[in-house]
Amino acid sequence: MDFAHSFALIAPELLLTAAGLALLLVGAWGGDKSARLVAIAAAAALFGAGFMLVPGLHFGVDGPATLAFGGLIKIDSFALFAKALIYLAAIGALMVAPAFFNSAAAGTERGMRAEYPVLVLFAAVGMSIMVSANDFMTLYLGLELNSLSAYVLAAILRRDTRSGEAGLKYFVLGALASGILLYGMSLLYGFTGGTAFTAVRAGLTGEMGIGALFGVIFVLSGLAFKISAVPFHMWTPDVYEGAPTPVTAFFATAPKVAAVALTARVVFEVFGAQVDAWQQIVMFTALASIIFGALGAIGQENLKRLLAYSSINNVGFILLGLAVANEAGVSAMLVYLFIYVAMSLGSFVALLMLRDEDGALFETFADIRGLSVTRPAIAWALLLFMFSLAGIPPLLGFYGKFVVFQATIEAGLVAFGAIAIAASVIGAFYYIKFVKVMFFDAPAGVVTGKSGAAHWALLGLTAAIVSPLGYLLTPSLTDLADKAAASLFLAV
Amino acid sequence: MEGFPILSLMMLVPLAGALACLFAGAALARWIALGATLATFALGVMLWSHYQIGGPQWQFTERAELFAGFSWALGIDGIALMLIMLSVFLMPVCILASWDSVQKRVGEYMAAFLFMEVLMIGTFAAQDLFLFYIFFEAGLIPMYLIIGVWGGDNRIYASYKFFLYTLLGSVLMLIAMFWMVAEAGTTDIPTLLQYDFPAGAQTWLWLAFFASFAVKVPMWPFHTWLPDAHVQAPTAGSVILAGVLLKLGGYGFIRFSLPMFPEASAQFAWAVFVLSMIAVVYTSLVALVQSDMKKLIAYSSVAHMAIVTVGLFAFNVQGLEGAMIVMLSHGLVSAALFLCVGVIYDRLHTREIARYGGLAINMPYYALFFLLFTMASIGLPGTSGFVGEFLSLAGIYQTSSLVALVSTTGIILGAAYMLYLYRRVAFGGQVHEDAAAMRDISPREWLMMAPIAASVLWMGVYPESFLAPMRADIAVLDARLAAAAPASDAALTAGAPRAEAANALSHENGANHSSAEEGAH
Repeated sequence: MDFAHSFALIAPELLLTAAGLALLLVGAWGGDKSARLVAIAAAAALFGAGFMLVPGLHFGVDGPATLAFGGLIKIDSFALFAKALIYLAAIGALMVAPAFFNSAAAGTERGMRAEYPVLVLFAAVGMSIMVSANDFMTLYLGLELNSLSAYVLAAILRRDTRSGEAGLKYFVLGALASGILLYGMSLLYGFTGGTAFTAVRAGLTGEMGIGALFGVIFVLSGLAFKISAVPFHMWTPDVYEGAPTPVTAFFATAPKVAAVALTARVVFEVFGAQVDAWQQIVMFTALASIIFGALGAIGQENLKRLLAYSSINNVGFILLGLAVANEAGVSAMLVYLFIYVAMSLGSFVALLMLRDEDGALFETFADIRGLSVTRPAIAWALLLFMFSLAGIPPLLGFYGKFVVFQATIEAGLVAFGAIAIAASVIGAFYYIKFVKVMFFDAPAGVVTGKSGAAHWALLGLTAAIVSPLGYLLTPSLTDLADKAAASLFLAV
Repeated sequence: MEGFPILSLMMLVPLAGALACLFAGAALARWIALGATLATFALGVMLWSHYQIGGPQWQFTERAELFAGFSWALGIDGIALMLIMLSVFLMPVCILASWDSVQKRVGEYMAAFLFMEVLMIGTFAAQDLFLFYIFFEAGLIPMYLIIGVWGGDNRIYASYKFFLYTLLGSVLMLIAMFWMVAEAGTTDIPTLLQYDFPAGAQTWLWLAFFASFAVKVPMWPFHTWLPDAHVQAPTAGSVILAGVLLKLGGYGFIRFSLPMFPEASAQFAWAVFVLSMIAVVYTSLVALVQSDMKKLIAYSSVAHMAIVTVGLFAFNVQGLEGAMIVMLSHGLVSAALFLCVGVIYDRLHTREIARYGGLAINMPYYALFFLLFTMASIGLPGTSGFVGEFLSLAGIYQTSSLVALVSTTGIILGAAYMLYLYRRVAFGGQVHEDAAAMRDISPREWLMMAPIAASVLWMGVYPESFLAPMRADIAVLDARLAAAAPASDAALTAGAPRAEAANALSHENGANHSSAEEGAH
């Protein structure tokens, strides 16, 4: 085993881990006064780690040279693509945090604590391991590192009951899902005799026994929980609503990317020989997520809760690409993931800007009535995000749906695609409700607070990506996604 | 004009205007919008004057591979040219119509209209299947805002209904487009026009496109969004809806459904006929009992668009030409009628027919314009409505005399509800004092009405100007459809020509005259 090679491959993770540990010490000695510094340093570490991915992303890496530590970890283009997205989303979550925690929005414990950026860093390390796992043991390690950080993040406002409730719910249900996943993994281990992806894959060729099938289903169920796909989605609205909004923005983006990428890797690299066994499961969850995500959102008054349902809905479209079960589908899924991250991050940043003069946040429809008159910039940005989420051209959200559905139809799943796209119209109903409330109703005039430069920068950037200008990104985005998808299929 | 990207420029001008309007104050935004639409109209006139009749089928083509999967491909034939002209002609009128009546958020309003213009030109000029879809679908956003922000009391309901109805229709079309592109391997519309899809698949593809276009046209029973949207939209919104957006459906049929799926079109022709016949009779009767002026005109639109679909699916040159002229004529006439309603709505703030009466006494010029457009809507010879409806019905008569018979009742019913409307609004005594005190149309309103009135008469007296650019394209389409045309019941047989003209005089030394010379008279 060539350790130098292995360490070189996981350099970004090493950087993030070292930064996390060092910043933990800074936080411990410097106290919460140092929180801002820690956040900036953490964002810089994420940026640096992201920068290390650039050569690999640009040239595309695959094959045996990507294996580290005797095949426990695989740093191919696919992992790099997912990691880049995760780091970007994590930087976004760090950028919007200080203003939130230092204002009345944080309730009785005003002031950002140094743990927040450190936890985000550790979660990012966990997610990096998840997306580059090549063995069920590494997969589980990464998943738990991410999940444990996430549980704490959800409950980071200790005296806020909603935040505590969100953390507890997330923990209990997350632990249950981890148990299901572990059980599935143990079944697969028992029936195939290995934990490495290649070993399990070799054991799953040919006729599949009932025990192994149960293993597949349990693993997929555990993963479906992590990506909050129907029917394992129930925790999402509660957790998203209760968690502090910057944390929700984080949950809706980075862990989702990691879990989706992980699911894609597992279904292709481990269950690749048994496409028939998992394809119909993924098709069902995709359709169910689209439909229930849309129906569940209709009656919501709380905007965070509504965006939680919207993320369930979007997961459905992401899984649509996965259900196609070919390279084009995975590439489409990755493109959609990128666009989804931009749209979600932008929407949550916009929600974070709905403040009163003290900085307390507004999060219901009643508060954003007539926002287009009082705060036109935020309202127009939200309009872009909502129409984009609804998939209306010429916004970039349309392009995401475009590639996913194109892959679906080209693979011959016409009826499946037709049902899914018809169901997407239900989703449009509540997205245009946002626009209706902001543009058609008389102003409520409660949103009076000013927002900082970080918010405006992030809002401007995501809005520019989502606007028709974002189409200029599509050639390079498609190129990267194609390389990533190809590296995933090279192993198959 | 070779190589000059005039179509892109026609979209760039309103786009720049729209962005400027977003940040401009009310007074400035109005002038910017008027300037941008007039400049686009001037470009449109240039486009028409440089269009070579009898030249290549696709002119002013532009192509740039900008995006992953599809390209920025533009180009027009005569059909698209006429519809683009209609759009750019109506836009300045819309801006003028909203000059005083829109007072809140003027910049955003003008920007929405200019965006709309960009998208409409794009829809008619797109030569890439997905580019077409993007323009076609993107129009939902500005129209949703126009109805929702500046509409009437029940605008929320109308805007939701408009948005969701049209979206549901369109997404199914998108699925069909994916399938077509996967099958034919190209997104280029001119290539796809020549591609023969398997007959079995055509049925499904046709239905998916029909879902979209039938909602847009709108055909009975998918028309219910239209009266709501029309009534609640501001005047200029109704003008654009009736004038151009409804034409997107007809354009879709003539550009996609008919030439791309000729067999399926023939197979479903009778379904279209039945829906159209119901629409003509039913919506005309509904129009007859309306007490709201805008609703009445909205229902009359459904009836007129049914004449369009009947003409389109007649599968012959007269029917296709007639359908195109009805579309152009209806674009002008219904737009003008909505403007007429808008003029008196601005003064009395009600659309209730019963609140008016005797306007011919205090508003003689208004009554004159209103009469002209009423007559054009009915299809009086000399106006544009006559040319289109006559050609359409002549076309369908060759295919089915039954359909022609039922559709023609639409003309009679049309005369009934339009004249009844006119009588109640313009004639009779001045029963309401406030209505009697209204002043006649202002110079601005003259500027809106007079060009439309002139065009209506031009199209009615000399339709050749409008038919000539389209003739070659319709001939191509007719040739493409010829093989699939459904059986007709007209059983036309060519008789033997008479030796002499029927009115020829017998001369004593008739041998000196050849019959050819006689016939030349």
